[in-house]
Amino acid sequence: MSAYRMHLLVCGGTGCRASESKLLAENLQALVMTAGMGREVQVVITGCFGFCEKGPIVKVLPDNVFYVEVKPSDAEEIVSEHVLKGRPVDRLLYVEPEQKGKVSSHGEMPFYKKQLRIALRNCGFINPEDIEEYISVDGYQALGKVLTEMTPEALVTLMKKSGLRGRGGGGFPTGLKWEAAARNRADVKYIICNADEGDPGAFMDRSILEGDPHSVLESMAIAGYATGARFGYIYIRAEYPLAVHRLEIAIAQAQQMGLLGERIFGTGFSFDIAIKFGAGAFVCGEETALIHSIEGERGEPTNKPPFPAESGLWGKPTCVNNVETFANVPPIILKGAEWFASIGSEKSKGTKVFALAGKINNVGLVEVPMGIRLREIIFDIGGGIRDGKKFKSVQTGGPSGGCIPASALDTPMDYENLTCIGSMMGSGGMIVLDEDDCMVNVAKFYLEFTCDESCGKCTPCRVGNKRLHEALTRITEGKGTMADLDNLKELGAIIKDTALCGLGQTSPNPVLSTMKYFWDEYLAHVVDKKCPAGVCTALLSYYILPGKCIGCTACKRVCPASCISGEVKKVHEIDQARCIKCGACLKACKFGAISKK
Amino acid sequence: MCKNALTEEKFRELDSYVDTLPEKHGMLISVLHRAQGIFGYLPKEVQLHVARSLNLTAAKVYGVVSFYSYFTEEPRGDHIINVCTGTACFVRGAEGILKELENHLGIKSGQTTPDGRFTIDALRCVGACGLAPVIMVDGKVYGRVKTGEVTGIVKEYAEV
Repeated sequence: MSAYRMHLLVCGGTGCRASESKLLAENLQALVMTAGMGREVQVVITGCFGFCEKGPIVKVLPDNVFYVEVKPSDAEEIVSEHVLKGRPVDRLLYVEPEQKGKVSSHGEMPFYKKQLRIALRNCGFINPEDIEEYISVDGYQALGKVLTEMTPEALVTLMKKSGLRGRGGGGFPTGLKWEAAARNRADVKYIICNADEGDPGAFMDRSILEGDPHSVLESMAIAGYATGARFGYIYIRAEYPLAVHRLEIAIAQAQQMGLLGERIFGTGFSFDIAIKFGAGAFVCGEETALIHSIEGERGEPTNKPPFPAESGLWGKPTCVNNVETFANVPPIILKGAEWFASIGSEKSKGTKVFALAGKINNVGLVEVPMGIRLREIIFDIGGGIRDGKKFKSVQTGGPSGGCIPASALDTPMDYENLTCIGSMMGSGGMIVLDEDDCMVNVAKFYLEFTCDESCGKCTPCRVGNKRLHEALTRITEGKGTMADLDNLKELGAIIKDTALCGLGQTSPNPVLSTMKYFWDEYLAHVVDKKCPAGVCTALLSYYILPGKCIGCTACKRVCPASCISGEVKKVHEIDQARCIKCGACLKACKFGAISKK
Repeated sequence: MCKNALTEEKFRELDSYVDTLPEKHGMLISVLHRAQGIFGYLPKEVQLHVARSLNLTAAKVYGVVSFYSYFTEEPRGDHIINVCTGTACFVRGAEGILKELENHLGIKSGQTTPDGRFTIDALRCVGACGLAPVIMVDGKVYGRVKTGEVTGIVKEYAEV
């Protein structure tokens, strides 16, 4: 990259692409060419920078200037001012909301300050469609090192020592998984990369595949060497077209350079990779279900044991690891197990990528050392709650996780602690909820998801979750009873104990955790028939505030139930008995005279 | 509706794909992906054809088609409107957007308008959570959508 004096890095992740970052990059390229600087300035489309809230992002190197919310039409000013005259475009710099000051350098932004990027090290830094760029940042060196300097046994020992655990949710030690697959004697073994990221609100795996696909390919080959596998599959959602496209390019490039295929680096080791498409089933994130899906069957899980390491794909020993787990492997090999184990908490080593979303100021991808407190993620990195609202809860672990209340914000984040407070790490989705969110409704939302996605094989999950969902629906409609609450708890516990797979066993978590921490809200719905957050329509009442109503008749005219009475210029009134709670009056009132509670 | 017709030409295209497979065992999902790409949907006739060419039972093929949400047995509209109902979009008001869209087009999520112009689909997370709530029309993403903007977005596609 040294031949150029300046690089314009444009984010090409899905989020920024949705805001026309591709056109922006094309504009920049065209303007650079017109200015006759095609040999001095390079425009690079990179993977995700993580700061999705303010996309599209443009970063200028070596100045380290970070532009946010850049439109295609801003390309001209960036080129004429910054590239030609060396003056950063002030109006495109990130404004730090608390101090209101402009922050020009990447490293100074609060969003990045507390982050430590290992899995995301190359995202937003290299062009994912060019293998040379990956190689220039030590890419494929780890593979070279293990093939020429290490035995498979030494490699497994190194991984065990590093303490790396599965980043897809379960947190099983990666080294042990590799060891189990390596120990099994079989003529054929398989490596599978689980890229079936189904947890709504989590998009780290996709960002890694889009931003740094080669790191996953390299690690799969390393895992192949450790376990004795010669072939790998990447199981990916068909809904991720950009990630698929970049993987296809990466595989072709690696094969062409001899980094995949026969006799890699001139050694006796051969390894190749193919892509397999998922077809939209959440349960396929579970490893046994995933294996059946690759075999072309319905993606239903089976009992473990036998574990895939003994009998997996086509009955052969198979090692399934998630994308983020793989992305951690090359740095561990190059920098050593001790280095990795020095980061994080006692039992959870290294870093974790979280997808911050919901009612938070800085939506995006963050990678932080394990053991960091939730408060730091949400308030320091995430910039706090949107629109000055009050923090209520953060949901982690997706449909298998739970809702964590404000009182647990100082919990150090690791696998054990999250499970201990009734949630789980999951794949790292983190949805922030504020005072306007109803916790019963959120629990219902997740149950709806689980009912939709339950494969139907075992009764606790297929039928039990339906019953949970029905009870929650009754409660949000104001028809719930205390018996419903008892049943939720009892049935939830039974499903946890008896469901067949990880998805079923964790599906009651959203209900049980919200009942544990937000019991008051459940009681308010059942006993007082009120929804404190003002979300559950059936439990709301609309009132006209006499002090504010000027008698404009706007509400009366839009009311479809004709239940608002009052004369012009006099205070109006809503007939509660006839009100259908459609909210039309609230939308129509220009004077803030209608309140709902 | 000619784009949904089950022409012989399309069946031949599918056959030639199946012929290129070095190994038919375990390829059912891949073949169905290709078939849906060719026909746009997977009606009974196509499922039966796939079953015969892979030497599987029709029940097996139907079992797989009905298991995965990506496969559809109904023809789809000219324009597909996907409403993201992932959690991030949900807490930022995706439900209201979906309802508005359903009211405007007079169909429910998963259905196609009688004139075959639009299909509404709820989908789980497109991964553009920074832009929540998000809808996607024919792959183009509209971010930070407000309920009032829905009719305008549909109108952009009404005549195309």
